[in-house]
Amino acid sequence: MNILGIPILTLVTFFPVAGMVVVLALPGSRTRAIKLAANIFTGLEFVATVLLLTRFDASSGDMQFLERVPWIKAIGAQYLLGVDGISLLLVLLTSLLTFIATLSSWQAVQKRLKEYYVFLLLLETGMIGVFLALDLLLFYVFWEVVLVPMYFLIGVWGGERKLYAAIKFFLYTLFGSVAMLVGILVLRSQHQTFDVLAMLAAGPVLPVALQSWVFLAFFLGFAIKVPMFPFHTWLPDAHVEAPTAGSVILAGVLLKMGTYGFLRFSMPLLPDAARRYAPAIVVLALVAIVYGALVSLMQKDMKKLIAYSSVSHMGFVMLGLFVLTPMAAKGAVLQMVNHGISTGALFLIVGIIYERRHTRLISEFGGLASRMPVYAAVFLIMTMSSIGLPGLNGFIGEFMILMGTFPVSWLWTAVAATGIVLGAGYMLWLYQRVMFGRLANPANESLKDLTLRELATFLPLIVLAFWIGIFPKPFLAVLDKPVEKIIRVVNPAHFEVPR
Amino acid sequence: MFALIPLFPLLGAAVNGIVGIRYFSRRAVGVTAVGAAGLSFAASIAAFAGLLRSAEPVLVKTLFTWVPASLIRTAGGTTIPFALDLTFRYDSLAAVMTLVVTGVGLLIHIYSVGYMSHDRSYARFFAYLNLFTFAMLVLVLGANLAVMFIGWEGVGLCSYLLIGFWFTKDSAADAGKKAFITNRVGDFGFLLGTGLLLFALGTIDTAGITAAVEGGMLAKGTATAAALLLFLGATGKSAQIPLYTWLPDAMEGPTPVSALIHAATMVTAGVYMVARLHALFSLSGTAMAVVALTGAFTAVYAATMGFVQTDIKRVLAYSTISQIGYMFIGLGVGAYAAGIFHLMTHAFFKSLLFLAAGSVIHALSGEQDMRRMGGLRKRIPRTYFVFLVGALAISGLPGLSGFFSKDEILASAFASGNYLVWGLGLAGAGMTAFYMFRLIFLTFFGEERFSGETAHHLHESPPVMLVPLQILALLAVVGGYVGLPRILGGGAWFGRFLETSTGAHESHLAAGTEVLLMAVSVAVAAVAIFAAWTIYVKRKGEPARRFTERFRALHRTVARKYYVDEAYNRIFVGGVFVAARVADWIDRRVIDGLVDGAAALARGASRLSILFDEGVVDGAVNGVGRVHLAASSLLRRLQTGFVYNYALAVVLGVALVITLVIVVL
Amino acid sequence: MIPIEAVIGFGLIIFTIGLAGVLVRKNLVIMLMSLELLLNGVNIILAGLGRHLNSPRGSIFALFVIINAVSEAAVGFALVLAYFRHRKSYDTDSLNDLKG
Repeated sequence: MNILGIPILTLVTFFPVAGMVVVLALPGSRTRAIKLAANIFTGLEFVATVLLLTRFDASSGDMQFLERVPWIKAIGAQYLLGVDGISLLLVLLTSLLTFIATLSSWQAVQKRLKEYYVFLLLLETGMIGVFLALDLLLFYVFWEVVLVPMYFLIGVWGGERKLYAAIKFFLYTLFGSVAMLVGILVLRSQHQTFDVLAMLAAGPVLPVALQSWVFLAFFLGFAIKVPMFPFHTWLPDAHVEAPTAGSVILAGVLLKMGTYGFLRFSMPLLPDAARRYAPAIVVLALVAIVYGALVSLMQKDMKKLIAYSSVSHMGFVMLGLFVLTPMAAKGAVLQMVNHGISTGALFLIVGIIYERRHTRLISEFGGLASRMPVYAAVFLIMTMSSIGLPGLNGFIGEFMILMGTFPVSWLWTAVAATGIVLGAGYMLWLYQRVMFGRLANPANESLKDLTLRELATFLPLIVLAFWIGIFPKPFLAVLDKPVEKIIRVVNPAHFEVPR
Repeated sequence: MFALIPLFPLLGAAVNGIVGIRYFSRRAVGVTAVGAAGLSFAASIAAFAGLLRSAEPVLVKTLFTWVPASLIRTAGGTTIPFALDLTFRYDSLAAVMTLVVTGVGLLIHIYSVGYMSHDRSYARFFAYLNLFTFAMLVLVLGANLAVMFIGWEGVGLCSYLLIGFWFTKDSAADAGKKAFITNRVGDFGFLLGTGLLLFALGTIDTAGITAAVEGGMLAKGTATAAALLLFLGATGKSAQIPLYTWLPDAMEGPTPVSALIHAATMVTAGVYMVARLHALFSLSGTAMAVVALTGAFTAVYAATMGFVQTDIKRVLAYSTISQIGYMFIGLGVGAYAAGIFHLMTHAFFKSLLFLAAGSVIHALSGEQDMRRMGGLRKRIPRTYFVFLVGALAISGLPGLSGFFSKDEILASAFASGNYLVWGLGLAGAGMTAFYMFRLIFLTFFGEERFSGETAHHLHESPPVMLVPLQILALLAVVGGYVGLPRILGGGAWFGRFLETSTGAHESHLAAGTEVLLMAVSVAVAAVAIFAAWTIYVKRKGEPARRFTERFRALHRTVARKYYVDEAYNRIFVGGVFVAARVADWIDRRVIDGLVDGAAALARGASRLSILFDEGVVDGAVNGVGRVHLAASSLLRRLQTGFVYNYALAVVLGVALVITLVIVVL
Repeated sequence: MIPIEAVIGFGLIIFTIGLAGVLVRKNLVIMLMSLELLLNGVNIILAGLGRHLNSPRGSIFALFVIINAVSEAAVGFALVLAYFRHRKSYDTDSLNDLKG
């Protein structure tokens, strides 16, 4: 379906590529024009995704705006895009965070501007493509497209150990995605198509044993991306070394590709295997929640701390997905968005003082609240959002996940809830060490508070944090049908009403 | 109508927090904040009047759907849609709470205008204070556990911010963090309890829970589990054993904050929550016993620490912990209205005591140590007078508010047959009277122990601080008469008013017994006050010093708060950090070690394959090249470049071909 | 009537002289002249054999060769001329640009 004769999803997917071409065409010396072009294109892209929302039918759980064009006939691959509530939220998140990341790079990035923005725009196309593709091969292509620009963003514009981090990131995820490709090929051989919709319509034709193997192959690909314990160690390194915008996108969007993959492909396509492995995955998720929080406590580098907190938060998301109840799953998808908002903002927050002081070591700071009151307020709001204060976004997701988990197992709920206690611990400790106390380090005395431009980059995130916290209905409304549809496939027992 | 009550403080907080902090004068900030609190109080009175006139005992206002419906599975095996609405409910209990919160809140706002007048972050303070009032009102008005939880966590946040208000002081920042995290431990219980109730009943609406419980839909064991989990939350918020340690440290905050949050309102949230869910708690005898015993032990235990504190605010902090213990005794023996009654009177006299202590501290330029006070009776007589009223009220002088509420609790405890609880309560009452008068005698009597410098600046507080104190003193005196028991000719109006929300509580005591109990507790208090007078005034503290000499170990143990803080630090904080260190080690050494090991392995393998590549594969390729090169350098000699040589070669070739043809054919 | 053997022998002698000239002489002009001799030696044999076998084909073929020889001489001398202008010499020893 198109809007005004324009294939809207293709437009949304490839609009950043147009921006990329424009940036490429500009001479490298005209830095201002390059920055402007990149900002305008990512901004317009965000507008385009919002437009998508206006035509979206929230009452339907089906894929909308479908675009189907034969692609490689010989192997039956199609160019198949579609959007439902789950993808829609993630696409909106992607375009918003990319826009914010681009804005935040205005001063932070000085070298090789042109290439930087080219990669950023290419990355955006890849990410949006991942969330829209409904053909497994197409999905795989977008999945890999994401990898390359991110590799360069870390490897070229990163910190001291950027090469180590970039290569670790690349190899880790490539390893996972190769396993995933094998899984995709097995599915193709069984279904004779890459078309996910057709596979869903056909139902699970694979025998359970084969499903399990495919599930494990997919699991490797997605779990590394999430990242799930114990596949998470690329994340802290990548985060620490990546430039601010890279960290924002990495935490805000890239991690969601993993959980999205589980929800969109692993669960409905391989329901029997998903049911079989769900308890194991839940256990890993619980370990991640507690373990990530514990390791966070020990970090000396602010970015690393937040990176490990991501491990913990994504553990929550995985828990929500794999307890296989609609409430928890909806909470999990909302939590993906929440995590994008709060952790994205936290990375920006760290980026702000990194840009001013060129260090991220917690011990270098202290007492900043008296120098930077506005910054302190923004930091506080996002800290609270991250630890799930009711009234802010994080709470809704956590609450739904916990309440959705309880009927399945009170023990799982209890373990997950300890993550909430520990979360308050490491975040407040971080806040205290950075913001409170005496301003002891003379290097911090000349720190400037947020500029108007910086505040503007935070504003949409703050608004969203409150909006989702107070009135999450519009967000949950689009999720309701599609998530329930998937859970119905995976866990029909949950809906049966025994007589 | 009543939904407006929390709106004003929210607006006040927003205006002061966003605009005022930058652009308002002190005066404008004060007017905004006090105005917001005042409007909120006015709205509370109007709502209360409305409730009295209304035929409906419960008013409900749903603002909007908060979390839209999802299917959930309940314990009964049915799958039902569950949605959360942002709903406020106003009944008699909520009416009492809103009146206390906004009324005491208003007075403390006014007081703060004077108390904080020299502080740099004036607007920030009032923004937090308004925000706190808002959160507290949401907590008491919330119709379901989730909306209550907004307020529950909201007051926790404000408490965190206000304890750490002077954040440049490390101890303040630490105390704020400690308060928040300790409360989070309680929230753990609250959330699990909420989950259990949702699973068991399919609802977390408080009225729905009450209805379902009264309808017999909840098994006793489940009720016990849910009640105990929720009670864990209550111990966190209300500073009871085992989660009480944060409250004394919370005294790092400005004194008005201690009065409002850590005495009058927030810390009673746990009491309110238990009363709100009275049906659930009543169902489980175990839970009730736990509540009553926790309250009783806390009442006595905290009081013992009140004996040895030298910081005036810390004495009051332990007193608060102890008094909340009384409230829980009341709840635990089923006398919910009595617990709430004590909550109200305590809000009056304890905020009075805190604010009066603030006035003392203010007068002494920030001095909080009682060892450097003394003789202030003549220096600041008005403060002394209101302080004395507060101390008499808390000690249970007949006719003052504390007497009625405390005696109702003790009578109910006695009536319940749980004599241990009653005995502890009685002991606590005596101890309370003792340490309160120890405080009074140390502060206002005896010789002046402060420096001349301090004496020079010594002054009575301005009217903006004294007037709220006097109003509170008046309330501390007369506040009890709303609950005047029948035996003393009253109508126990307070209890009857609350019946619509906390249920009726029948006391089975004979009139004589009741009078006797009153006499006993009054006697105990009187003896304790007399003892304090003997020790600290008549003999100038000599017996106390001797006692300390004699039982040094005991004294030190109590003064160090029984080493509980240290133990918690060792066991819980230390435990978490040990676990964190282990996890961190695993992460760096084991998991990343494996990853890096795999990488090293891959690099090793690649080095091998490089050898193979360079030696064998490249060798072969280069070898071919080299052979060609050698051959060509031989053959190139043939290419002389002379045309005749080529011609000769052609001729020779032709000759050869011809020869061959001839020979072969 | 001249016997065919004599005609062939004469042709071979002319051919051999031409061949020797091409192979031995270093002067480009002489080499071109020797080339003419080569061709003419063949022509003699062609014409002689045609007559001996009583067929016109020999003479026709000889005519073609003459035409070829003319054009070859024209091109050849032009090349030699160009070479001379370039090198100021007819000597083939300096003409070894094809050396490997």
